[in-house]
Amino acid sequence: MTTTVYVPADASARSVGADAVAAALAARPGVTVIRNGSRGMMWLEPLVEVVTPQGRIAYGPVTVDDLPQLLAAGMLGGGTHALRHGVVESLPYYARQERLTFARVGLIDPTSVADYEAKGGGVGLRNALAMAPAEIVAAVLESGLRGRGGAAFPTGIKWKTVLDTPSSQKYVVCNADEGDSGTFSDRMLMEGDPFTLVEGMTIAGLAVGATQGYIYLRSEYPDAAAVLRRAIAVARDAGWLGDDILGSGRRFELELRMGAGSYVCGEETALLESLEGKRGQVRYRPPVPAKQGLFGRPTALNNVVTLASVTTVLAKGAAFYRDFGAGRSRGTLAFQLAGNLARGGLVERAFGVTLRELLYDYGGGSASGRPLRAVQVGGPLGAYIPERDFDLPLDYEAFAAKGAIVGHGGIVAFDDTVDMAQMARYAFEFCAIESCGKCTPCRIGATRGVEVLDRLLAREQPARQLAVLHDLCDTMEHASLCAMGGMTPYPVRSALQHFPGDFGLEQAAPGPSRRP
Amino acid sequence: MSPAMSGAVQAAIAAHRDRPGALLPMLHDILAALGHVPRACVPALADALNLSRAEVLGVMSFYHDFREHPPGRHVVKLCRAEACKSMGADALAERTRARLGIDFGQTRSDGAATLEPVYCLGNCACAPALTIDGRLHGRVTPTRLDALLDELDGDSR
Ligand SMILES: Cc1cc2nc3c(=O)[nH]c(=O)nc-3n(C[C@H](O)[C@H](O)[C@H](O)COP(=O)(O)O)c2cc1C
Ligand code: SF4
Ligand code: FES
Repeated sequence: MTTTVYVPADASARSVGADAVAAALAARPGVTVIRNGSRGMMWLEPLVEVVTPQGRIAYGPVTVDDLPQLLAAGMLGGGTHALRHGVVESLPYYARQERLTFARVGLIDPTSVADYEAKGGGVGLRNALAMAPAEIVAAVLESGLRGRGGAAFPTGIKWKTVLDTPSSQKYVVCNADEGDSGTFSDRMLMEGDPFTLVEGMTIAGLAVGATQGYIYLRSEYPDAAAVLRRAIAVARDAGWLGDDILGSGRRFELELRMGAGSYVCGEETALLESLEGKRGQVRYRPPVPAKQGLFGRPTALNNVVTLASVTTVLAKGAAFYRDFGAGRSRGTLAFQLAGNLARGGLVERAFGVTLRELLYDYGGGSASGRPLRAVQVGGPLGAYIPERDFDLPLDYEAFAAKGAIVGHGGIVAFDDTVDMAQMARYAFEFCAIESCGKCTPCRIGATRGVEVLDRLLAREQPARQLAVLHDLCDTMEHASLCAMGGMTPYPVRSALQHFPGDFGLEQAAPGPSRRP
Repeated sequence: MSPAMSGAVQAAIAAHRDRPGALLPMLHDILAALGHVPRACVPALADALNLSRAEVLGVMSFYHDFREHPPGRHVVKLCRAEACKSMGADALAERTRARLGIDFGQTRSDGAATLEPVYCLGNCACAPALTIDGRLHGRVTPTRLDALLDELDGDSR
């Protein structure tokens, strides 16, 4: 009798010792180890699941040092132990999610076609193969899906533009640059269920009339690169890619390309320049990439999670997907709980969930045990949100109304030891390091921003510095070519507005009462 | 160019010359083979791709990954972005600097280690994070950092 055990090969799980745990378990006679993706409960990683007649029983976080005790406690039969959590699906953190796009992540062997199809994979593509391109585009439009990479532009409109632009060659490009701090959903999906991305890109190709796709992956993700390489090869062997997709006579090819350490290459036109082998500098628009993108051809460029979400839309119908969500924010978002939280991880929920729910009910409050003071939502260009606004529902419009962004859904929490002036300074510093250099407000402004803040913090003529700072932020916001320079003022200004005391300005108002 | 260098450059050119947008894949291959991308590669790449030398150099210098000089025997990359900061990355950075005796962007004179900043490794829920020789580590406490750096010391002696 053999026991099957799942030990994630997700980069985060590996970063805290999953490989050693997997090796130790694999060395035992009668144990088969499957390396899955992560279930997204990162504070429990390495999370080991043992297959028993009662289901997959989870233990975590498991280190090699814990193993002798766990095995003695009968872990391989689902035995009781302090690290035993029961069946993953019954844990509140997991059970209360609405997993559509991430339904298979952590559940399956990432590059097993059989696992993929057994859990509903491939249905969307098969449906798409029976539809006309315009019908696929109409379904995506109808689903209300907006780009998950940050700008939240309706995916159906983008695809329609590509479809309607005549060209002998079109492209699908996947933006897998995921440079924002606090975001790891693209990585988790690519490592845990790469076929979903392959399928989503193939559907995009059918929809817009493209036969070639590129995945542009950041070089900081070597594990994702390895999984994608394998997945593309397996998919080709299985007839999912190539000249005759699933025997349909339709064609789609996919290639993985690596970035080389540049945040701005996540911006879509900079990404295209980089794919073309150039410096990753932002292009002037128009023309939009949907009309003139890669090598001047019409290009459907989308984020990893956007493309993956399309598989659900095509498998279950536009209405099914659209019925999740709030207002004009339809479907689900993979919220990423990061930073100073007791239970960091990935929570896929329909739009409309509040920050407070995510931070406390899921996140369990701070990791340090101190009160949470601020969260940054939407990456390094996103605003800092103070405690009193934690009841804001996560919805693109609700956030925009507050001068904030949802972005890629990354949520970074800080406890009360954070120095918000230093965080504002860092925002400028980061912009200066990563600016593509094409326009002056960003290239020069970010460096000036650091200097002005340093003078302000040194109390040199603070009123004057403050005026210069606001002026600088105005210029960057209104005269930058892209959101790198245009949105760096968001974190800076929100920090100033909500935490003036940290800048030595006036005493900050006492914070609102904390939740227990 | 040394034979190893020109071998790496020629192999990279042969592997990618017919691909659209071939320069980045070529530079990546050279980086993987040599650990850095020496300036001496520029003329051959420019010739192969029918680009000016300035264009090739411009691309090389734009990307953080394509370092021009060989790194130390070990490369430590510490994440300096927000999520890691919220979990003490700045203190970790100070400790690393002090332990290695170098600042970010520097290589120790004995060639033992290079210290580089990195802005998010996608390990933000297990912050703070760093990589040593490409291997990712999460939830790095000061004690864990010391142990990791001790291993490097042991190695370089
Ligand atoms: C500076 C900057 C960095 C960006 N980084 C990313 C990124 O890492 N991943 C991503 O999907 N989109 C990123 N974006 C947004 C892209 O430009 C683009 O809107 C998106 O990839 C389009 O795909 P979507 O419609 O599916 O969201 C970035 C934008 C800017 C201005
Ligand atoms: S705002 Fe900054 S990153 Fe964007 S185009 Fe201008 S210089 Fe480049
Ligand atoms: S911010 Fe450090 S890993 Fe993401």
